[in-house]
Amino acid sequence: MGRTVIEKIISKHCGRDVTAGDFVVAEVDLAMSHDSTGPIAVEAFRKYGRGRVWDPSKVLFVLDHATPSPNERVSCLHSLLREFVSEQAIRLYEVGDGVCHQLVVEKGHVRPGDFAVGTDSHTCTYGALNALSFGIGSTDMSGVLLTGKLWLKVPEVLKIIYSGRLAPGVFAKDLMLYTIGKIGAAGADYLALEFAGEVIRNMEMSDRLTMCNMSIECGAKAGFMEADEVTLSWLEERAQGPFEPVFDDPDAAFSDLYEWDVSGLDPQVARPHSVDNVVSVGEVLGTKIQQVFIGTCTNGRLDDLRVAARILEGRKVSKDVRLLVCPASRGIMLESMKEGILPTLVEAGATVIPPGCGPCPGTHQGIPSDGERVLSTANRNFKGRMGNNRAEIFLASPATCAASALEGRIVDPREFFEGKGA
Amino acid sequence: MGQFLKGKAHVFGDDINTDYIIAGKYTKTLDYGSLASHLFEDLDPGFSKKVSPGDFIVAGENFGCGSSREQAPIAIKYAGIGAVLARSFARIFFRNAINLGVPAFVCDTRGVEAGDELEIDLSSQRVTNLRSKAVVPIKPLAPVMVGIINEGGLVPYLKKHGDFKLPD
Ligand code: SF4
Repeated sequence: MGRTVIEKIISKHCGRDVTAGDFVVAEVDLAMSHDSTGPIAVEAFRKYGRGRVWDPSKVLFVLDHATPSPNERVSCLHSLLREFVSEQAIRLYEVGDGVCHQLVVEKGHVRPGDFAVGTDSHTCTYGALNALSFGIGSTDMSGVLLTGKLWLKVPEVLKIIYSGRLAPGVFAKDLMLYTIGKIGAAGADYLALEFAGEVIRNMEMSDRLTMCNMSIECGAKAGFMEADEVTLSWLEERAQGPFEPVFDDPDAAFSDLYEWDVSGLDPQVARPHSVDNVVSVGEVLGTKIQQVFIGTCTNGRLDDLRVAARILEGRKVSKDVRLLVCPASRGIMLESMKEGILPTLVEAGATVIPPGCGPCPGTHQGIPSDGERVLSTANRNFKGRMGNNRAEIFLASPATCAASALEGRIVDPREFFEGKGA
Repeated sequence: MGQFLKGKAHVFGDDINTDYIIAGKYTKTLDYGSLASHLFEDLDPGFSKKVSPGDFIVAGENFGCGSSREQAPIAIKYAGIGAVLARSFARIFFRNAINLGVPAFVCDTRGVEAGDELEIDLSSQRVTNLRSKAVVPIKPLAPVMVGIINEGGLVPYLKKHGDFKLPD
């Protein structure tokens, strides 16, 4: 019987051939943690009474969830992490450097065939680079910091092959929302999700990252893709060291294999208060919104800001809407300044937030008021997610968000793309 | 842990995410008692006041989905919850609970009503509803998890063994 990408990666990291269902102890190539879940991991690590982490060169900390610090409590947690990384000689990305997941991929910390873990559920993002990566808790991280290892059950793979071509104005975010709506919030529990087919092959790396980023929203342990020329050229200037792409064997066994032609797909919107509450944009047209947020580890990349700028150029955001834009990293912010994207957005009325998670986890920088509706490019719309349980969050692509910001209500962004080709 | 756990059920539905268990805005602290006072606040603002030590959380499918924040099972632990029972758990939450020594059991929770008294028999791995007299089995834990929970969580486990020991 042939093996899946996941079985191959795990086999390499535990020194024996494994198949789905096996329990193994695997060595990790990268352990990432941030200011929200990192302090608990550090506290747990200290309890072992061992001075040193197993390998500081394989550990990363990022300050991104509440940055710049909104209050003294968070400041003290930031200091705690700064002290830990300096004592341990661990790499730290500071306030303003960006969202952890963007930094990991942008700075080449993950390569095809790697096994990476992070104390954040969206660690599954790195699967777009043909790696196995997923979120773990803080105590599990303390064990990784101590031993460099994690126990896990080798997951089965649910493979989705997308055929056809996305229409102009329809994006990876729409495809992923559609996928989550179809299989449900628990539809891939304990499985790894493989995204394949010509639609994926035609995607840029930013779109692929968006897809894998949201695989946790249907419960998947990991989301991943095979590597191709797009992957290799993305890695060319970034990868820190050699690597070897991993492919499914032709006779690999999958828990299920879906084949969807998505040529006719409409832009999608997830309605409050769950990510799988997905409809075509037509069903929520005209819904009034008071805040629009473009950013996060899902959709705060250069391509996303570019699309928004293309729609907003020479226009003004509705006076009834606050448009918040948060580039996912310092590099993206700089590039979007050079390309003129940020000036366009600011002229249109956007408020730019320093790179990081911004208002996504509800700590600061754009908490909606009671009864307000937010349209966001983030990955979660749970009640209270953005800091107020009396607000509503709708999720959509950067294009839908930008177009809707102009009108103050949800609109179909395809009118901005007609006749322009994908 | 003794052989029996007994507690009153607080009942929740499917897909209860970790944002609902503890909102992100409260997570930035190492004062774990403060987390407990905001348990389930976005779903049921007075919840933390209704809980007595030893009470059970009883939920449907996919309990603990969403974020990997360990503040969620920590809030449950520090609120004095005796056990969490659900038809299924999201993967990361379940690991986190076991790692912290929070008893989490997979069993059929249909038919449990708010306020029901439940009794968990750890040796026979069964849950009895003292009101309806229904008895349901608990799905066995993976052996590696049994090893961790028997030591009281991952930190004591690794302190003792120094490394992961997979049962043969
Ligand atoms: S941007 Fe939002 S989803 Fe992404 S890591 Fe930050 S808080 Fe989590």
